Amino acid sequence: MSDPVCALNNAVFDGLVRLEETGPRGMVTLRGDLGAAAVLKSVQKAVKDATGLPVPAVRRIVLQKEYGAGWMSPDELLLMMPYDEAGRAVKAADKALKAVHSLVVNVSDARSVFRLSGAAAPEVLAKLAPVDFTAMAPDEIRRSRLAQVPAAFWRVGDDTYDVVAFRSVSSYVFELLKTAAAPGSGVGFY
Amino acid sequence: MSTRIPNKGRFLNRAAPVSFSFNGRTYGGYQGDTLASALLANDLMLVGRSFKYHRPRGIVASGAEEPNALVNLGQGARFEPNQRTTTTELFEGLTARSQNHWPSLEFDVGAVNGLFSRFFSAGFYYKTFMFPRWAWKHLFEPVIRQSAGLGQVPDPDLKDADTYEHFHAFCDVLVIGGGVAGLQSALAAGEAGARVILLEQTAHWGGRAPVDGVEINGKPAEIWINNAVECLENMANVTIVRRCMGAGVYDHGYALGYERLSDHDPTVKGPRHRLWRIRAAQIIAATGAIERPLAFAGNDIPGVMLASAVRDYLENWGVMVGQRTVIVTNNDDAYRTALALKRAGGAVPAVLDARNHVTSPLAEEVRALGIPVLEGRAIARVKGGKRVRGVGVCLQNSAGAAQEEIKCDCIAMSGGWSPVVHLWSHCGGKLLWDAAQSCFRPDPSRPPLGADGKGFVKTAGAASGEFDTNSTLQDADKAGKNAVKEVGITPTGKSAPKAPQPEQAPLQPVWIMPDKATVDLRMKMWLDYQNDVKVTDVQLAAKEGYESVEHTKRYTTLGMATDQGKLSNINGLAVLSDALGRPVPQVGTTTFRPPYTPISFGAIAGEARGDIFQPLKTTPMQVWHEENGADWEPVGQWRRPYCYRRSGETRDLAVIREVKATRSGIGLLDASTLGKIMVRGPDAGRFLDMLYTNMMSSLKPGRCRYGLMCSENGFLMDDGVVARLDETTFLCHTTTGGADRIHAHMEEWLQTEWWDWQVYTANLTEQFAQIGVVGPKARAVLEKLGGLDVGRDALPFMAWREGVLAGFDVRLYRISFSGELSYEIAVPAGQGRALWDLIWDAGQEFGITPYGTEALHVMRAEKGFIMIGDETDGTVIPQDLGLNWAISRKKPDYIGKRAQQRSFMQNPARWKLVGLETPDGSVLPDGAYALAEGTNENGQRAMQGRVTSTYYSPTLGRGIALGLVLHGPDRMGEELEFGLLDQSTRIARIVDPVFYDKDGEKQNV
Repeated sequence: MSDPVCALNNAVFDGLVRLEETGPRGMVTLRGDLGAAAVLKSVQKAVKDATGLPVPAVRRIVLQKEYGAGWMSPDELLLMMPYDEAGRAVKAADKALKAVHSLVVNVSDARSVFRLSGAAAPEVLAKLAPVDFTAMAPDEIRRSRLAQVPAAFWRVGDDTYDVVAFRSVSSYVFELLKTAAAPGSGVGFY
Repeated sequence: MSTRIPNKGRFLNRAAPVSFSFNGRTYGGYQGDTLASALLANDLMLVGRSFKYHRPRGIVASGAEEPNALVNLGQGARFEPNQRTTTTELFEGLTARSQNHWPSLEFDVGAVNGLFSRFFSAGFYYKTFMFPRWAWKHLFEPVIRQSAGLGQVPDPDLKDADTYEHFHAFCDVLVIGGGVAGLQSALAAGEAGARVILLEQTAHWGGRAPVDGVEINGKPAEIWINNAVECLENMANVTIVRRCMGAGVYDHGYALGYERLSDHDPTVKGPRHRLWRIRAAQIIAATGAIERPLAFAGNDIPGVMLASAVRDYLENWGVMVGQRTVIVTNNDDAYRTALALKRAGGAVPAVLDARNHVTSPLAEEVRALGIPVLEGRAIARVKGGKRVRGVGVCLQNSAGAAQEEIKCDCIAMSGGWSPVVHLWSHCGGKLLWDAAQSCFRPDPSRPPLGADGKGFVKTAGAASGEFDTNSTLQDADKAGKNAVKEVGITPTGKSAPKAPQPEQAPLQPVWIMPDKATVDLRMKMWLDYQNDVKVTDVQLAAKEGYESVEHTKRYTTLGMATDQGKLSNINGLAVLSDALGRPVPQVGTTTFRPPYTPISFGAIAGEARGDIFQPLKTTPMQVWHEENGADWEPVGQWRRPYCYRRSGETRDLAVIREVKATRSGIGLLDASTLGKIMVRGPDAGRFLDMLYTNMMSSLKPGRCRYGLMCSENGFLMDDGVVARLDETTFLCHTTTGGADRIHAHMEEWLQTEWWDWQVYTANLTEQFAQIGVVGPKARAVLEKLGGLDVGRDALPFMAWREGVLAGFDVRLYRISFSGELSYEIAVPAGQGRALWDLIWDAGQEFGITPYGTEALHVMRAEKGFIMIGDETDGTVIPQDLGLNWAISRKKPDYIGKRAQQRSFMQNPARWKLVGLETPDGSVLPDGAYALAEGTNENGQRAMQGRVTSTYYSPTLGRGIALGLVLHGPDRMGEELEFGLLDQSTRIARIVDPVFYDKDGEKQNV
């Protein structure tokens, strides 16, 4: 096993915001019917065993330290943990979900994560994503797009957002964010 | 003589002189000038030539409605044609050239077209298109090409030097227009607590009110305006943006704003234009009104201007356009121009008013200043060529015999005002004909409707048809309050400010001046300045049977120029209605379409240019490919190495080398782009049995099976290898381009048809890097890496294993698309490059050779394997390709089965897959058709087949091809004649499609 390499080798850019590719992150897709009480119970245990966190409400994300659980759809959650723990998390969740129809799979390497920090972060994202950041709750996860590719993002603290996109378009996404964060291009809307 | 005067010019910063160049000469202006005001300040009355007749043209208006004064602006990588001088703010070093003149602006050969104007009448283009055909091609077209056209095309070798961007914004109320109406609407909505965005297309707030000397709450309008702007700036819930035009209104409260950030000052850093993509619950169009020209003979001669524009240039930019200005009007508003000019020291020899009795307060004020008001009068014709020298005056109720001549160098005309209804109308708002004001205005009972069936656009102020300031403010206040009510917010109890104004007498509709003008006068009355459409053209169109205003527009080109009929529309359709003898509202208007004025392509493209024009997907091995001579080809959004060229090597030679190295030793392929979709659940097998034509539920865990996927119409749409991971889990490989599409296809069926089946999917395409290790020495290399038994018995053909290979967690598939001993190794993407490097190093002693997509294609064709997109084109079914072995007869159903039972699909005459070989070993051209006897029903040569794939086979040393041929499999050995583009033909023999190792011994070792 060699050390995992993230797509852009932890690239950094400073403009309207600070932009960083934040190293490899453990990510697990969990699919199961969140609307069925019997399934939900197993899902709750699975999420707890994998991340120590509760199941997030609709369009919400729960975060604690390096762990997270985000609502992706009525039958899909995104679980996050340190990269090295993803395999263990899959096993734990699978075990908890043994009795119900579900799918748990490690997707850590399929994604790239970028962090935007700075007061202009919502504004930089709003150049690329059709999202109303005023209406976005502090603990909301938004599945949207950045220009021409799918992306999801959420707030990790004041003026700090994490953005997740597919690995193959990492360089496109980083260049997009760099362009949107170019010095002198502030809007002053948010 | 147009001059700058002291003590006027509220936009000017006279402490900041600016120099600019026009047609190569340097002139001076001030910061705050527009290019138009600076040109006028330098007495440049002639600024362009018209489109068709190359008539001399000057500035007519002072804003976005300007039809004439367009220029080629800037140089080199910042060059842009058709820029409006009236909306171009002056900056140091601005460079402009006039358009549409040859050889020079002052002396233009094309103006001779004017002498033949009767041959260039309405429908000229259509008529010459019709007959005679040769004349268009050889006579008219070359001449017109030479003389017509607006600005120049930018140099195609240069890239725009500026940057652009989009911005997504959301609000409760979007107010478009920052005049007093827009400000009041924004205040009413903002004070109630709504999220408000206010856009103003110019650099200045307040619109016309300060120019017109309006008082609000007893003080000059400017004081109220400044206060209102300050209030709005201080509200956290309000965003106000200058230099941002509301370009268009679309469904569901979507609107576009076009912000010009650095057009006024190229030294400003950041994007040049920003396209605001706004989603608003309610939109208020406070877009004001545009003054209409009057149609009199010679109304296009430089020096004839809108009365309001003459006033604007005086008040805003300190430019007195004429030393002697004649006012011609059918309404009271133009008297303001007379007052302003006279008070600023200009001479106004007369006001010609088409109305017979005028005693309103404004007229009395004018009379009191000693200006003669000539009632019931009209302009018979304007004297002058490249600038106005005087007017012949006649009675409005006459044929145009001039009674006297007045010397003047400027004519300020006003035919009344038309509300700017564009944004109201873009999304379906309807209009009313307001007979009293002779204009179309929005019908509040028929607004554009949102998804909830309720109106989402309102108008405010002059855009509603409320022309006096007091009712404008009332209307705007009401619009703002009603808008917030619609979004569930309670408006404040504040009332609108008061702005009492002198009462105005009604206007008199005047569409032709004078009423009974003779034809030689009507031929000189311009309706559409830019496109040279005259009163006679519209009348001729009516005479020739054009009744619809939309048809007349296209026949005459009225309103089709870059100003989109802002000045010509109402006048043109009034002339049409008169010619047809039908009232104006029955004739109706043409359609208002976005954008309001042209917006830059840069703004539309936004950030999407250069490296981020489109997303480019890369695999973890991208950098290695780049460093090792990869010659790229696009595959979906990926770039895959087509081949790896060594120095001095051609593409063809590289492909030959790669194929030979792989067949004889070992090749290395980056297969990461193949789609990988996990399908899991108790019903997963049943689901895949429906998706694929063959049986997947019978596949054993640990094994792989090749499968075909068809659309519900039976056509082959994707193929790939399915691996069964465990009892309830499958991993489906798709083509590179098919990953997202097939995943969506699966989800669509699961979510719409088989929602009760217990199946989940997950697209894992990017989770894994996949490396193909291919060739007779593949096993030796993997054994050298160690950790996994890759022997024939442990891992037979079409099996897979999980394990640790040289320390990497891998899934190893023994599948082959080349016909050789072949392994595909899946490893988490973050370790893909490390494993690739390890295999590369381990393979050196075996002569390991990376190969690209072309070698892959050649090797699959040698084996007779089909390729989606080559052998299939959306009309081919698996049966055409001899793939019946992959179609289960046992299954009751699969997607496409029913369609494949239709008579046409069962027809034995469908072309079928065969191999093709030329007798001399040459390569057949791709896509060539096999000729048949006779002709088809269209008189074209009959065909009996076509080439779908064709390559030079390095393995066999000759050309090989696959093709679809009528009864092909039954005609082995027959020779076909293929037609080439150069009319020659080539012979090829029908052979078995498997050219290499038909028994599959090599892949099975």
